[in-house]
Amino acid sequence: MSSARPYLRPVEPLWWAHPPYLAYTLREATGLAVAGYALVLLAGLISLARGGAAYEAWLNFLKSPWSLALHLLFLIGMIAHVWTWFQIMPKTMPRLAIGSRILPQRWITIAGLAVAAASFIIILLVAVWMQP
Amino acid sequence: MKRSVAPWFWLPFGAGGMLAALTGPALVLITGLMAPTGTGLAPGFLAFARASAFARHPLGKLILLGVIALFLWHGAERIYLTLRDMHVAGKSALMWMCYGTAGALTFVTAVTLLIIGF
Repeated sequence: MSSARPYLRPVEPLWWAHPPYLAYTLREATGLAVAGYALVLLAGLISLARGGAAYEAWLNFLKSPWSLALHLLFLIGMIAHVWTWFQIMPKTMPRLAIGSRILPQRWITIAGLAVAAASFIIILLVAVWMQP
Repeated sequence: MKRSVAPWFWLPFGAGGMLAALTGPALVLITGLMAPTGTGLAPGFLAFARASAFARHPLGKLILLGVIALFLWHGAERIYLTLRDMHVAGKSALMWMCYGTAGALTFVTAVTLLIIGF
């Protein structure tokens, strides 16, 4: 094999749009929901700094059907992120052993999802408690 | 041997991913769906005076900076790796685009929080 002209296996350009890679692409696409939601919050923060009128405009945007549809997509993306995040977690951390037994990966996933569900409920309760 | 810079981006990616996994669905539901439609929450939940008081409080500032910046860095890492694997553009161009945007917007968030004041 020549180092000047290494053999490159031809790669189908849309490989990421077909199974089994599609699952990977969809998981990575949840990053768009996470970053997109951060952009909405940043827009709200900037309008807050600019004063009452600008902030009202941002609140009116939040009430628009476009924003509600966008946030529904964000919510779907976030839930997919939670699900996949805790599927990955046991694969990216060192193996946990209790005594001589190795903790099954599934248990780590279940524990992570349980903590996420508890956190979801607590944040909603705090929001209800903080109502005007 | 030249050391990879990748681990530096894994920390905010992991921190943002964990924060999003624990708070993301609830935050989107509250600020994006429940508060704007007045479903389950009072209509004035995101009112200017309340949002101002939250953004002026040091803990509120920390929450806003943490959520906005870490969510951005998490998304930037995923978008970067996916676009790189799709061969959309060169590696360094994509790194500058994704991490550069996250860095610039982190700076904007911090400056905006300072402008809002205490």
